[in-house]
Amino acid sequence: MRELTCIGCPLGCSLRVFEENGQLRVEGNTCPRGEAYAKNEVLCPKRTVTSTVAIHGGTVNRLSVRTQTDIPKDKIFACMEQIKAVSVEAPAAIGDVILPDVAGTGVALIATKDVKKK
Amino acid sequence: MRTHDLIVIGGGPAGLAAALSARRAGVQDVLILERDHVLGGILNQCIHNGFGLHTFKEELTGPEYAARFIAQVQEESIPYRLGATVISISREKCVTYVSREEGLVQVQAKALILAMGCRERPRGALNIPGSRPAGIFSAGTAQRLMNVEGYEVGKEVVILGSGDIGLIMARRMTLEGAKVKVVAELMPYSGGLKRNIVQCLDDFGIPLKLSHTVVEIHGKERLTGVTLAQVDENRRPIPGTEEYYACDTLLLSVGLLPENELTRALDVSMSRVTNGPEVDDRLQTDCEGVFACGNVLHVHDLVDYVSEEAALAGRNAAAYILSRQPAGSVVKITADSGVRYTVPQKLDPEHMADTVTVRFRVADVYRDRFVCVYCNGERIRRIKKRVLAPGEMEQVILKKSELPQPLQSLRICTEVE
Repeated sequence: MRELTCIGCPLGCSLRVFEENGQLRVEGNTCPRGEAYAKNEVLCPKRTVTSTVAIHGGTVNRLSVRTQTDIPKDKIFACMEQIKAVSVEAPAAIGDVILPDVAGTGVALIATKDVKKK
Repeated sequence: MRTHDLIVIGGGPAGLAAALSARRAGVQDVLILERDHVLGGILNQCIHNGFGLHTFKEELTGPEYAARFIAQVQEESIPYRLGATVISISREKCVTYVSREEGLVQVQAKALILAMGCRERPRGALNIPGSRPAGIFSAGTAQRLMNVEGYEVGKEVVILGSGDIGLIMARRMTLEGAKVKVVAELMPYSGGLKRNIVQCLDDFGIPLKLSHTVVEIHGKERLTGVTLAQVDENRRPIPGTEEYYACDTLLLSVGLLPENELTRALDVSMSRVTNGPEVDDRLQTDCEGVFACGNVLHVHDLVDYVSEEAALAGRNAAAYILSRQPAGSVVKITADSGVRYTVPQKLDPEHMADTVTVRFRVADVYRDRFVCVYCNGERIRRIKKRVLAPGEMEQVILKKSELPQPLQSLRICTEVE
């Protein structure tokens, strides 16, 4: 059994997810969104990771980045390890691909800020 | 003296949206004054995602959201000054600012939009006993040091206050390798959005201790630890519940204060609840031609609503400049029975738009209540709410067609069954 808090709305229902005969059963939800959220969180939870990488020769020292789409939650720290090792040269623009495939997820890491050359 | 039709003070999300909508409503001569060296305000350091779901129907990071508005300001060729700090404004709408390039400058405007945002409540406002070592930061300061300047802020962290910035920083510091030991919240409920509690604390197993506060700071040069204690219903520490946490960093996420030093000189009525100016449904202050929007007016949870509110201020400032409509008589909007405040605080029933969005916050966490609107003592609206929380801004949209004429009183409150 897993306990979760639904994030679908401010109500924040306390959800319990049970596995029975290979099926998931959700308790505590008050709407269908809660059930879908709970099942998704148990089967394949995903998150967008945002951070910064070093940028040289630009007007600032840090370039903010994010994963282009959600990645599996258990890859967050592997993703961060790769992000920490990256440094780029200015200029950079929003949407620039910083890493084409972060932590083997098939998802690109992209810039979220425009940084001009100094 | 140099003159402009409209001066917008602040180039953050509110100022950008206000300037854009004023320009699109026909005001050619708009100037944005921004004290930082870039536009975008606080969004520049909010590198997390979750912005723009209402405005752009997609989930953006703070810098991306800001960039969309900055690009529009540049397309419209709206002039702005960076590194320009406004030091005073007058009821006559004379603005004095200083900048490195221009020195001390006085400019005259026909209308002003106040969009100065807010700042964090500091340690000095909390009465936490103990020494004054390094390592105690407001959460937003730590966010800037980390996300913009690239410093490692600390390794072992305790966070006081469960406001959204504190929650976001709990996740951010965890991702950067710090150990966030606990988030302590004085109130019996969190001031942050549910989604942030789940995705910033629960995801990483960070405990949230409600009804707890910091009762002692340890350390001389650098913070070495804090003592937490549980508080009773009067928010006083309960003896015997003290618990020591070793840490080198304490982040404070204990509230935001609208930055209204400039506004006060206008001698307009201020709300004691929002700490912002009182405004009518055009978002105009008591001083004719001076409008306010965004966090300087009241602290928002979502930037999307800031942009929407600021666009309204911009349109109304434009209408004021272009036709100089005199204000009609206003009716005060009374907030009570669980509604702490409303924005706007006043409504001009004769000249109001077809719909007016009234935003408000409630005083406590309520379940299964109704939000009610009374006009001239009669209830015209009763909206069922399964949950209301102080951390989530609420709104009712008033329709001009549903208000009785003449409108003598308007009241927004909560009611139990």
